[in-house]
Amino acid sequence: MIKPELKDFLQSEEIKIIKGNVAAAYAAKSARVQVISAYPITPQTTVVEKLSEFVDGGLMPGTQYIKVESEHSVLASLVGSSMAGTRTFTATSGQGLFYMYEMVHWTAGVRLPIVMAIASRGPAPPWNIWADFTDVISCRDTGWMSAFTATHQEIYDEILMSYKVCEDYDVLLPKFVAYGGFILSHTSKPVILEDQDKVDNFLPPLPDEKGWPHIWIDPKRPLMHGNLIMPSGFYSEFRMKIHDALIRSKSKIKAVAKEFEKTFGRSYGNGLIQEYRMDGADVAMLNYGDLALQMEEAIDAVREEGYKVGMVKLRHFRPFPVEDIIEVAKKVKVLGVMDRATAFGSPTGGPVSSEVKTALHGTKGTALIFPMINGIGGREVTVEQQKEQLKILIKINETGELPEDLLHGTLWHGKLEVD
Amino acid sequence: MASLKKVMEDEIACKEWFLPGNACCAGCGLEVALRWTMKALGPDIAMVTPASCLNVVIGLWPKTAPDFPQFNMAFAAGAAVATGFEAAFKAKAHKFPGKGWDKMISICFAGDGGTTDIGIQGLSGAAERNSNIIYVCYDNEAYMNTGIQRSSSTPHGAITTTTPFGKERYKKNLPAIMRAHDIPYVATCSISEPLDIYEKFKKAKSINGTKYIHILAPCAPGWGFPSEDTIEIARMAVKAGSWILYEVENGVLTLSKKSKPLLDPSKRIPIIEYVSTQKRFAGISEKTLIEIQEQIDNDWEKLSTELKCQDEYSK
Ligand SMILES: Cc1ncc(C[n+]2csc(CCOP(=O)(O)OP(=O)(O)O)c2C)c(N)n1
Ligand code: SF4
Ligand SMILES: [Mg+2]
Repeated sequence: MIKPELKDFLQSEEIKIIKGNVAAAYAAKSARVQVISAYPITPQTTVVEKLSEFVDGGLMPGTQYIKVESEHSVLASLVGSSMAGTRTFTATSGQGLFYMYEMVHWTAGVRLPIVMAIASRGPAPPWNIWADFTDVISCRDTGWMSAFTATHQEIYDEILMSYKVCEDYDVLLPKFVAYGGFILSHTSKPVILEDQDKVDNFLPPLPDEKGWPHIWIDPKRPLMHGNLIMPSGFYSEFRMKIHDALIRSKSKIKAVAKEFEKTFGRSYGNGLIQEYRMDGADVAMLNYGDLALQMEEAIDAVREEGYKVGMVKLRHFRPFPVEDIIEVAKKVKVLGVMDRATAFGSPTGGPVSSEVKTALHGTKGTALIFPMINGIGGREVTVEQQKEQLKILIKINETGELPEDLLHGTLWHGKLEVD
Repeated sequence: MASLKKVMEDEIACKEWFLPGNACCAGCGLEVALRWTMKALGPDIAMVTPASCLNVVIGLWPKTAPDFPQFNMAFAAGAAVATGFEAAFKAKAHKFPGKGWDKMISICFAGDGGTTDIGIQGLSGAAERNSNIIYVCYDNEAYMNTGIQRSSSTPHGAITTTTPFGKERYKKNLPAIMRAHDIPYVATCSISEPLDIYEKFKKAKSINGTKYIHILAPCAPGWGFPSEDTIEIARMAVKAGSWILYEVENGVLTLSKKSKPLLDPSKRIPIIEYVSTQKRFAGISEKTLIEIQEQIDNDWEKLSTELKCQDEYSK
C-alpha cells in the first residue's frame, strides 16, 4: 500500500463514492477523534481497516489506535481514554456489542461521550451477519442514545451530530449510530465529506486540556470514581440524572439537527423523526434504517394510485420521541410500525412497536397501531413488498378488519412458504 | 536492594499516598503492597483497580483513601483501561505538548482473580501489544472480596469456600505466563520485602513497555492467621521457597536477594512449617503435603537448571 501524503489530512470538501463503513471512518476522522479502539467483526470490519489506513498513514496526527484482543477491551480501553479527557470512537456489530455489554452500562454510568458506529447484524445462533437492529436495540436500557441512519451520507452526518449532542454539558452520554449491515456498510454511494474548517466550527475539537467537566485524570486534582455506594447514598439520584439527561437530550438533538442543516444544508427532519409525504395522509408506516429510504419509493407508488399514505422515519430509538409519535398518531387513522428487530416476549414481539404503544397509552384520539416485523437477519424486503405492506394498512383502514395470519397480534411480513 | 537510608531520602517515599482510615482489615497484605508501590511511583499516575477487595477498602463513596487519581472498574477490564489511559496521555501529549502528559504512568492494580482468571485475556492482549503500562497483581490467593472462593492462584491443598476439602489443582504460575509474552519486565515481590518492592517499581517506572509485577499479599481472615502475623507469613512463604522472588529484565532472569540463597535446598524451611501457620491448610493430608513439597523442590530444580543454561548461553 502506498502511504498517503501527510498534507492530505486536512480534508477539503469533496464528494467520494464510498461504502457506509468508510463513511463512518471518514466521520471519525472529520471529528478529529483522538483515541480509537476496535476489534474486527463482520460487517463492521472495513470501518476499522479504513481507520488503520488513516492512522498508520499519518492522516490523523496524534490519534492513537488501540488494537485490542476483544470487544470487552474495546470499550474498557475507551472508557479509560475518555475518562482521561479525549474524544474517542469505535465501531462494532451484533456479537461484538453483546460481548461489550458490561462496559456498555459502565460507559453511561461514567457519563462518557463515546460514539460507537454499529453495522447492525442479526444475533446468533444460527450465525447471521446481515441487517437486523436487534443488536443495538438490546442496549435499550443502558443509558446510551441510539440513532438509526438510512443513507451513506446520514452515517457521516449523524456521527458528527452525535459528538455534538454527547459532549453537550447538559447531556454527557454515549451514543450508538446504527445502520444496516451490508445494505449500507458494504454498498457504495456518493458521500459529501465536509471541509475540515467547517467541521471544526460546527464541532470544536473537545475536550480542552482539563478534560470533561465531571471527570478527569490529573494528579494535581486527584479524583476517584466508582467507589462502592450504599443504598442510602446517592445511587438512586445518579440514576435519575441519567434518565433525566437522556430525556433532555431530545431538545439537544433537535437543536443540533437544525444547526447542522444551517451549516451543511442537509435536513434530517427534526432530528428525532423525519416525515415523508405525511400531508393529508390517513394511513402511515413508521420505519427505521435503510428500509425507511426504500419505503419512500413505495409511498410514491401507492400515492400515485390515489391513496393517502405517508411514512415516518424514526431517527432515534433512545431518546424515544414520545411527543412526536403522539402527534403523528393523532394525524392518521392507522399507523403501521415496522420493526427490523425482535423483542421476544414483549407485548408485540417488535421493540419499536411495543415502544410506540407505550408512548400512546392514555392518549385519546390516536391511530390504530398495527405492529409488523420484516427483514429479520437481512431477509430481503423489496419495494413491491413494501407497497403490499402499505396496502395492508389501507385495507385495515377501509374495513376495520385485521389480517388473519398474525403471530400474537403482530404481522411477520415476507415469511417463506413451508410445504 | 535499596537501602532504607536511600528510601528515607526520597521525599515521595516518605509520604503516604494510600491514606490511613481506609477500610482494610487489620493486618491486610494488600495495603502494604499498595503503599509501597505508591512510595516508589509517586502520584503522577492513573490507577485502575478492577473489582476486588481494593475496590471496597478505599472507602465508601464519597470517601476515598488514595491520594492520587484512582478509578474503580469492571472485573475483567483492568489491563484494557490502563491501556486506554496510556493512549489518552499520548494523544494529550500531542495536543498539549510540554505539559508533562507523556510522563504520566498508567497502572492497573488488580487482585489474583482479576489477573489470573477473568482478566487474563485483557492482560495478555495488553502484553502482546506491549502497552506502556505497569500491571500489578496483589496475590491473596483467592477471591477475598466475595468471601474467600478459590481462584486459579489458590495453592494446592488450600481450603476456600468453594474448595471445602482443599484445592485439587495447583497455583497457576502467572509470572511465567507473562514471561512467555516477552515483555520487557516481569518481577515477583512479597510484602515482607518492602525495599525490594520499592526497588522493582523504581525500575519498572524507567522501562518502556508492559511491566508485570506480582506481589504476594497474605490475607489474615482469608488464610486464617492472627492479623499481627501477616509480614511473618509472607516472609515464611519466601523462606520455604514456595514464593520465589526474582525479576526478568529483557528476558534475563535474576533471583532476588532473599531467594538467591535458597538455590541450596538446605537453606529452605520445610513447607510444613509455613502451612501449619494457617487455618486454610487445616486437616491437610500427608499426601498433599508431600505433593506441595515436591512441587516446590521441582520448581527450584527447574529454576537452577535455567539459571545454569542462561549463564552458559551468555558466555
Ligand atoms: C463480571 C464480574 N463477575 C463477578 C464479580 C464478583 N466479584 C467481585 S470481586 C471478585 C473477586 C475478586 O478476587 P480478586 O481479584 O482475587 O481480589 P480480592 O478480592 O481477593 O482482593 C468477584 C468474583 C464481578 N464484580 N464482576
Ligand atoms: S479480606 Fe484480606 S485482602 Fe481483603 S481487605 Fe481484608 S485482609 Fe485485605
Ligand atoms: Mg484475591
